[in-house]
Amino acid sequence: MIKQYETVFIATPVLSDTQMKEAVAKYTKLITDAGGEIVYEEDWGLKQLAYPIQHKTSGFYYLIEFKASPEFVANLEIQYKRDERIIRFLTVALDKDAVAYAQKRRENKNKKAAEPQPQAEAPVEAEVEVEPENIQED
Amino acid sequence: MAAVENNEIRYLNPPTVEVRKKKYCRFKKAGIKYIDYKDAEFLKKFLNEQGKILPRRLTGTSLKFQRKVAQAVKRARSLALLPYVTDLLK
Repeated sequence: MIKQYETVFIATPVLSDTQMKEAVAKYTKLITDAGGEIVYEEDWGLKQLAYPIQHKTSGFYYLIEFKASPEFVANLEIQYKRDERIIRFLTVALDKDAVAYAQKRRENKNKKAAEPQPQAEAPVEAEVEVEPENIQED
Repeated sequence: MAAVENNEIRYLNPPTVEVRKKKYCRFKKAGIKYIDYKDAEFLKKFLNEQGKILPRRLTGTSLKFQRKVAQAVKRARSLALLPYVTDLLK
């Protein structure tokens, strides 16, 4: 039986870019090697943590959506636990509403990436000037 | 009849008929079926300043979605997207 999952992990902020890529590659390979299929990946980059974990106040977040058998998830989590680079992880099974949501979210992300709108600077500057004379009259 | 009229006059301010806005479940209304734990900004609407989950009594969320909100908030907390305890959230 194949189910769709979503996993987010937080890697330590001390990793370099290449080390981070290596870590990601390790887990994507783990998934594909186990006969899973990667649906989507998303790099959230370095984010502040809401509270310190292992005396660290920030971390690299990475999201992977994949399809795999339920037995594989236990295996993946063992790998996370053994990995010192990973300070926190969460794997969630997606039900049909969640899958629909994830799909929509992906489309929105793609749309935004496709057309990066350079928001035109609105001409608000002219209205900012308030005549000081009026204030003095009061 | 006169007594009744006197009685009515006794009110100094006419008793205001309170039109309380009926609370509603925003998820049912908007047709949201899945609550995303990754969207911390959205989940903050259901937390008080200390980061506690607000009761249904205040938010008007239906039981079905309150459970989902709680689930999502707890997931977000474990991923350090939301704090477990804090002061002056928001």
